[in-house]
Amino acid sequence: MKVNVYVTLKPGVLDPQGKAIHHALEGLGFGGVADVRAGRFIELDVADGTSDADLDAMCAKLLANTVIENYRIERP
Amino acid sequence: MKTAVIVFPGSNCDRDMAVALETVAGRAPAMVWHRETELPGGVDFIALPGGFSYGDYLRSGAMAARSPILRAVSDAAGRGVPVLGVCNGFQVLTEAQLLPGALMRNAGLNFVCRTVPLTVENSQSLFTASYNAGEQIDIPVAHHDGNYFADAETLDRIEGEGRVAFRYADAVNGSARDIAGVLNDAGNVLGMMPHPERAIDRAHGGTDGLRLFEAALGVLA
Repeated sequence: MKVNVYVTLKPGVLDPQGKAIHHALEGLGFGGVADVRAGRFIELDVADGTSDADLDAMCAKLLANTVIENYRIERP
Repeated sequence: MKTAVIVFPGSNCDRDMAVALETVAGRAPAMVWHRETELPGGVDFIALPGGFSYGDYLRSGAMAARSPILRAVSDAAGRGVPVLGVCNGFQVLTEAQLLPGALMRNAGLNFVCRTVPLTVENSQSLFTASYNAGEQIDIPVAHHDGNYFADAETLDRIEGEGRVAFRYADAVNGSARDIAGVLNDAGNVLGMMPHPERAIDRAHGGTDGLRLFEAALGVLA
């Protein structure tokens, strides 16, 4: 079973990489981009029946650093 | 004095740290591979060196913080054994939740590699007792992810408790409140981005790091 995990910086946490991407987009002539925030996408192939609690623990214990990041788990 | 340096795949300041410890303690440290589950018996100082453990995969220090030896390091820290994490070692200690906050990509996105002035904020800790509060010292930095972040409440708390050991005298990497080094609540774990082990010999261009090891290893200057 494929599970998608999206790790994003918490609101208010400065994202220098997002800022650099934003500047690069502007440099390419793409106007009208108000803000860019970069995150991480992780695809897990887990055993069918893996519990929500286990997936949550994987995120909280390793995949995201909850000091600075939020995560969202997407089941198919 | 029995010291240990934890070595991860991708550590690259482990040798420098070992030289610093041997120079000051007079005895070579045990080099402990990350797969070990126990520290050598009777260890009374543990260092986590700089480098790029696990190639900085996922987040700097994230994989190393989950390696088997970290459980033993965490237990030792809980017993009051001094633990020093430098650069990647600091990142590992925050990822292992032995220190508050996180280290993010430098605000300017550049790798910063130069000697920077630090202000000693707390001269009462076991690591900083040989400095004077407010003293300025010069220590090299070499990092890409040294931008210290913690929420405002945590920052207020650690500042109020005197747990900011060092501050950058000039902005270096965007760190919250220019924090360069942080102590745990018991004061026996110090994480810092600057490299004191690279400033222990005149040939390094400065010796301001030497006193940190002298204080921490109980050697009088």
